[in-house]
This record gives sequence, structure tokens and C-alpha cells, in this order.
Amino acid sequence: MAEPTTVSSTSPALDVKTPEQPAGINKLAGPATWVDDRLPLASMFKYKNKANFYVKKVFPDHWSFLLGEIALYSFIILLLTGIFLTIWFKPSMAEIEYEGSYQLMRGLPMSEAFASTLALSFDIRGGLLVRQIHHWAAMLFVASATIHMLRVFFTGAFRKPRELNWLIGVGMFSMSLIEGFAGYSLPDDLLSGTGLRFVDGLIRSIPLIGTWAEFFIFGGEFPGDLVIARLYMVHILLVPALLLGLVVAHLALVIYHKHTHYPGPGRTDRNVVGYPFFPIYVAKAGGFFFIVFGVSILMGATMSINPVWKFGPYNPAQVTAGSQPDWYMGWVEGAIRIMPNWEWHLAGTTWSWNVVLPGMGLMGLLFGVLGAYPFIEAWITGDKNEHHVLDRPRNVPNRTGLGVAGMTMYSMFWLAGGNDILATQFKLSLNQVTEFMRIAVFVAPVIAFLITKRICLSLQRADAERVLHGSESGVIERAPDGSYSEAHVPITNDEAFTLTQHEQYPALQAGPSLDANGVRNKGKGVSALRARASRWYFGQEITKPTAAEIEQAKHHADEDESTKALGH
Amino acid sequence: MRFLTSKRRHKAAKPVLLALALLLTGLLYAAMSPAARVSADTGNSALVAEGDGLFKVACASCHGLNGEGGTQGPSLIGVGAASVDFQVTTGRMPAARPGAQLPRKTNTYTAEEIEALMAYVATLGPGPARPAPAQYDPAGLTEEEIARGGELFRTNCSACHNFEGAGGALPNGKYALPLKGISGEHIWEALRTGPQQMPVFNASALPDEDVRAIVGYLEELHATPSSGLSFGGLGPVAEGFFAWVVGIGSLVLFSVWIAAKGARAK
Ligand code: HEC
Ligand code: HEC
Ligand code: HEM
Repeated sequence: MAEPTTVSSTSPALDVKTPEQPAGINKLAGPATWVDDRLPLASMFKYKNKANFYVKKVFPDHWSFLLGEIALYSFIILLLTGIFLTIWFKPSMAEIEYEGSYQLMRGLPMSEAFASTLALSFDIRGGLLVRQIHHWAAMLFVASATIHMLRVFFTGAFRKPRELNWLIGVGMFSMSLIEGFAGYSLPDDLLSGTGLRFVDGLIRSIPLIGTWAEFFIFGGEFPGDLVIARLYMVHILLVPALLLGLVVAHLALVIYHKHTHYPGPGRTDRNVVGYPFFPIYVAKAGGFFFIVFGVSILMGATMSINPVWKFGPYNPAQVTAGSQPDWYMGWVEGAIRIMPNWEWHLAGTTWSWNVVLPGMGLMGLLFGVLGAYPFIEAWITGDKNEHHVLDRPRNVPNRTGLGVAGMTMYSMFWLAGGNDILATQFKLSLNQVTEFMRIAVFVAPVIAFLITKRICLSLQRADAERVLHGSESGVIERAPDGSYSEAHVPITNDEAFTLTQHEQYPALQAGPSLDANGVRNKGKGVSALRARASRWYFGQEITKPTAAEIEQAKHHADEDESTKALGH
Repeated sequence: MRFLTSKRRHKAAKPVLLALALLLTGLLYAAMSPAARVSADTGNSALVAEGDGLFKVACASCHGLNGEGGTQGPSLIGVGAASVDFQVTTGRMPAARPGAQLPRKTNTYTAEEIEALMAYVATLGPGPARPAPAQYDPAGLTEEEIARGGELFRTNCSACHNFEGAGGALPNGKYALPLKGISGEHIWEALRTGPQQMPVFNASALPDEDVRAIVGYLEELHATPSSGLSFGGLGPVAEGFFAWVVGIGSLVLFSVWIAAKGARAK
């Protein structure tokens, strides 16, 4: 027989519970409390809490740190406006007869992609505005990523421990070019079709596998009938997803490494001086997002971009003067425009270097050099320290010079991409512009390097001068003997610190080529090549004043004052 | 009738008939092919004489005393009145100094003087006459026909003149001119006479209906409001320039402003 179970009269389940009645004002806080009971939001904003580690994260304040934010916000704008465009855009190359409301295309045969772009522009409310915002934001996205990258380069922010984040940046940069190109090609208009034809040529120029690769990508011979659908997948799924992932990783690494700061009193490689993320940067960054959005909308509303209805539907039999890609592909276009016609004819085959070298070769070179630079520089300097204080570009003359040289070369290719526009706008000869550019792409960077390096060194010299002798007061004094001199006022200690805080490293010395046992010292120590590179890199630096020199200069100045009183 | 039957076997009948037939064909041909109308009618002799005079003063130094051409200018035999009208009203002729390309200038001739020059050059040899409005005026074309004009323009002209007719560069300092604001008459004349680097598009390549469609397309295209500032129809190069100058320029200024704003944090 079963025992009767003991029934507890005090089970909590039997308690009649009356919910706590919130007091009058707490009613308003109801939703906040509801959320707070479930997510650790409120506690994130409290000090001495583990989660507020992120919210109270300190960011230094400088305008150049906002350039990356422009890229981030324009990416968000692209996602928002892009979603709107996907609602109406038809990624199909099927041919139809246009029946829409743009009269100058009435009855023309065109692809559905082009017809839907016309519909977006003329028949869908706000469609043209969104298209223009999307396109301007795309231009701003790549441009802001570029200047952000230049800031990181010139300030040495890519040094240890941030090399990986630099690589992520290079990845995002290259992907944004693909993203932009794929988007540009979608409307299937005459200009973008010409651009696609250009890329088709690039692909076909790859030795041996070119034709095969073309057939693979276009599903047959150019233009085929499925490349738009494929590009659409690349443009709205593949690359945005990759970009989004990389953006998240990029920002996570910024938080993990902490932001760098510019040199100044109290700023070291072991701290960050700035304001907390919350509330200061949330407000500033939030505000800045709306500014970027506002500028994109204003541009979209007042400045025409990619008026595809003027270009007409793509037709392989047509090509128009002024066929250019968007700016970020312009340098490749330029390289191909100025490349001499180099071809090999070997045993009945043609090897055409005039497209593959400037096209594929140059893109590979740019991204290769960008990716490798932090490691090359570390190899030259032998610097294995962590850096959280940024370099002032003048204190690293060779890096700054190389950066400006690279920008100059890029700009020359870029200008060459618009050689016809230069010719018509400035009344020049197309041939002369082209020939000039052929030389300029090699000579201008060298000149730019030399000039930049000289400027950096003079600025260093001026800094040393200022530390030792103070700043010019603007007061001219005449001595009793008739000579004139300008009085100098000593600079503040803070400024003197900023001007002298940078490390100056000795060049690496080559190790002995034979070790103690007379065996060749291969792979160990510093090679002769590396020592030479290092000597070149550190060679002409202006040695910054030492503490003793500053002390002495001060002493000297005091003496000057007293001798002046005696009539000098 | 008797007259005809009796003289039918006359010695001169055959040549006269032949001459009559030729005359008839010639008249028919002249009537049906307006582009090759010969305007050498004698009622114009005063005009022709005036033109000859003007020609001797301003043109003969290059084109020869009788328009036969010389080292400085080509022969004008057979270029037709259309060519003269185009060259002189657009100020290209009389040419000033030789360059990569003779430029458009302001025309200094009155309409009557041009009329006289045209009449004179037309006497040198048959060539395209000045067109009648029906040959270039797009009035009465349907929207579909004008849209087809756009297709014709993009196929035949945009390679040199750009998709919007904004002009473009050609090798060795030469250039194709912008087409905005060019009259239908001048477009017709340019096509039929092919000034300088421009190829001739004759009536078998591009019949008058096609020219009208192209003129209609260009007129409507240039009258269509643009979707914002359009930077002279120069395309992506200008867009990229403005993305950097206006877009990045203003955003960098905003960055400086935001970073300079002091934080009021506790
Ligand atoms: C300085 C020399 C010069 C003078 C003066 C000059 N021309 Fe010309 N003209 C030229 C040259 C050179 C060309 C050929 C342009 C070309 O096609 O490259 C030309 C071309 C022309 C043509 C076009 C021929 C064609 O093939 O269709 C016409 C018509 C013409 N000239 C008329 C005139 C008339 C009328 C005048 C006087 C008012 C004049 N020119 C004065 C040098 C001159
Ligand atoms: C091979 C290049 C080329 C093509 C194709 C071409 N043009 Fe031209 N066009 C030129 C050049 C070069 C000039 C300037 C000639 C001059 O200044 O004498 C010109 C001049 C003109 C002018 C005179 C403009 C002015 O300002 O006086 C008109 C009109 C014109 N073209 C219309 C057309 C049309 C319409 C087509 C298409 C059916 C066309 N062109 C095709 C090269 C071209
Ligand atoms: C991340 C960087 C991006 C860049 C650089 C970029 C760039 C471009 C460009 C240059 C065009 C041509 C626009 C035109 O003139 O019509 C375009 C079109 C388009 N984009 Fe993007 N885009 C980006 C992201 C996105 C995203 C995330 C989406 C969707 C989720 C998207 C959807 C579209 C669509 C549907 C079109 C075609 C619209 C049309 O035909 O007008 N884009 N894009």
C-alpha cells in the first residue's frame, strides 16, 4: 500500500503572491525596468562594473580620427539606401521593349536591369533621390576609406600591435573597389557596359587562363546574359557580408588595442588620453552620423550622378567619348590608357602585356605593397616595441616621403585616366598629355619623395631650433652698437615635450658574416642588405636636442638677458 | 501630231530626243535629290558676282582665285553652298592661322554676304545646297522616332561627341565640339559636308529622316532638366572630382569642427 504523501502547507507554490506595486512615477520607468531586468544595459553605465569597461572606453579627440567614421557611416547609408533599391531593381539581362515614362527611350529594346533602373529614376517616388544618394555615398565610402588609410599610414598607426588591423583595412579597401564596380555595372547602361567590357579585357589578358576565366565569369562570351545576375549576388550579398564582418572585426580590434593618440604631455605608450565613449563620443559620433547622412542627401538632392538615361542601354556596338569608370577605378583605366602597346608573338600565339601588366599587375602591386608595408618597415627598423603614441609625420621623413611618392604615382595614373577630359578642358593635345603621363608616373614620385623628405627634415630642424632658442617674439631690438636682433621667448615645457618626445633609433648594424667557428652566419643576425636599408632609413635624421642641450640653451638665454642689461 | 510624224525621220530627231531625255532626267534628278541641287541659276548672276568679289578679297589667298585650291586651303569645287554656309556662319572661315584645328569664331559677315558667297561657290561645281527646313526640322516626329534618333546619335556620333553631346578629345590636339545649342540646319550641314576631322554622313548612310530624328533627340535631351548640377556632361571624372572636393572636403571640415568642440563631461 502506498504511503500517503505528506502535503506541505508551506509550499512556495501555494503562496499567494501579490506583485510589488510600483509607485506612481515608476510607472513611467516600466519599460526601462522591463528591459533592465533582462539585459545588463543600465549596469553598463555604472562605474566599477565589468561591462562599463566598453562604455567608458576612452577615445582621444582629433579630427583625423573621424575619417574612419565617415567611411563607417557612409557604409551604413549604403546599406539603408541599397535595401530600398533592391525592392525595385530587376537583375535580369532579358531583353524587353521600354514602355516607361522617359520619352527619349520609348520603344527601345533594353535589358530588364536597365528598364528597372529607368523606372527607379522616373516612376518610383523618391527613387532617383535614393539612387543618387546611394551612388554619392559609394563615392564617399571609398574616398573616406582612402584618406583614413592615409592618416593611419602617415602617423605610423599600423605599427605593432596594429598590423593585423591594417591588413583588415587593406582587405576592406580592396573589397570596396569590387563592391563599387559591381554596383556600377548593375544598371547595364552604356557606360557601365563599357566598363564591364574593360574588365572583360582585363580578365582575358591573363596569360593562359584568360579565355577560360572569361567564359567562367560571363557564362560564355562577353556580354552573355547572366553576368548582371551574378554581379548582383556579389554586390548585395557576398561583398557586403564580407565587408560587414570585416568592419565588425576592425572595430573590435580598435577597442581591444585601444585608440592611439598624438604625442603630448602626459601621453605615453602605456595610456590613452581622451574622453569616455559614453556620453561624450556617443553624442559626437551620433551627431556626426547625421552630418554624413545629411551631406550625402544634399549631394543626392542637388548634384546629378550617373544619369543612365543619358547614356542609353548597353549596346556592344556603341561607345561614347568620356567613357570613364568611377573615380576609384580611374587609376587602372589611366594605366591602361598610357601603356605602350607591348606584345609578344610566340609561335603563333599573342601575349599581350599591354593590358595585363598595367591592369592586373598594378592592382596586385598596390595591394601587395600596402599589405606588406608594416612588415617591411619593421624589418628595416628592427623595431619590436608596441606603439600607442603616433608619429608626427615629419619625424619619419622616409616613410612620409614614400607615402607622398605613392600618392603622387596614384594621382598621375588617375590623371591619365582622364586624359581626354584634360585635353578638352585645358585645350591640350591628347597625345601630349598621354606622353607626358608616361614619364610623369615614374619621375613625379621621385621628385615628390625628395621634396617631402627635405620638407620633413627642415621641419625637424625648425623644431630643434624652437626647443633650444624659443619662439620668435616679433620684437626687434636694436643694440647700442647698431645691430638688430629679435628677442626669443622660451617655449612652454609642454610644447618642448611634444617636440622632443619621439624616439630616435640607431640604424641596425650588420652582424658578422662568419660566426665564431668560421661557419657562414646565414639566417642569423642582421644581413648586410638589411643594415644598408636601415642606414638609409635613419640616415639623415636631425638629432633632437638632448636634455643637457636644452638646459644649456636655457642657461645661455638667461646669460644673454643679463649681458643685455649691461649693454652687451 | 502631223508635225511629229513628218519630222520623225529627220536627221536631227535622234540627237534632239536624246538631249530632251537627258534634260528631263536631269530635271527629275534635281527635283528628287535635294541634297545635290545645283543652284547655278542665271537669275543669280548679280549675287554670284558679288560673291566672287567677296571671295577674291577674303578667301582667294588660301582657296585660289577661282576656288581651285592651293597650298593654304583645299579646292572648293563641288563642296556646295551648304559647306559655305556652315563654315562662314560658324566663323570658321575665313580661317585665321593654321593650327591643329580651325576654331569656331564669331562670324563677321552679314546674311546677304554669306548668300553671295554661297551663290558664288555653288557655281564652281554641284554640291549640297543649303537645306530646306523640312530636311532637318524635327517638328512632327513621334516620341518613338525621336527615341530612335537617340539610338542613332549614340551609334554614330557619341564616340566623338560624347553621350550628351558635350564634346570630346581626338588625337593630336583635335577635338569634337559640344553640340548643345547648335541649330538643326548646322547639324544637317555638318553631317553632309564633314568639316575637318568629322566624317561625311551622306544621304545614303543617314537619310534626312534620321537627321531630323537626331536633331529632335538632341533638342529634347538638352531641354530635359538635369537631376541636379550636371558638371557639363563630363561624366564620372567630374563626379569623382566633386565627390572629393564637395563631399570629402565638407566632411573633413565638419570633422575639424566636431573635434574642436570641447566636451562638457563631468
Ligand atoms: C587662311 C586660309 C583660309 C582662308 C583665308 C579661307 N579658308 Fe576656307 N579653308 C581653309 C582650310 C585650311 C580649309 C580646310 C579645313 C579642313 O578641312 O581641314 C578650308 C575649308 C573651307 C571650306 C570647307 C571645304 C569642304 O571640304 O567642305 C569652305 C566651304 C571654305 N573653306 C570656304 C571659305 C570661304 C568662303 C572663305 C572666305 C570667306 C575662306 N574659306 C577663307 C583655309 C582658308
Ligand atoms: C570621328 C569623329 C566624329 C563623329 C563620328 C561625328 N563627329 Fe561631328 N564633329 C567632329 C569634329 C572633329 C568636329 C569639329 C569640326 C570642325 O570644327 O570643323 C565636329 C563638328 C560637328 C558639328 C559642328 C559643331 C559646331 O560647333 O559647329 C556638328 C553639328 C556635328 N559635328 C554633329 C555630328 C553628328 C550629329 C554626328 C553623328 C551623326 C557627328 N557629328 C559625328 C567629329 C565627329
Ligand atoms: C558597401 C559599399 C557599396 C558600394 C560602394 C556600392 C556602390 C554602388 C554603386 C556605385 C551603384 C550604382 C548605382 C547607380 O548609379 O544606380 C550601386 C547600385 C546598387 N546597389 Fe550598391 N553599393 C554598396 C552597398 C550596397 C548594399 C549593401 C546594397 C543592398 C543591400 C546595395 C544595393 C544596390 C542596388 C540594388 C543597386 C542597383 C540600383 C540601381 O540600378 O540604381 N548596395 N551600388
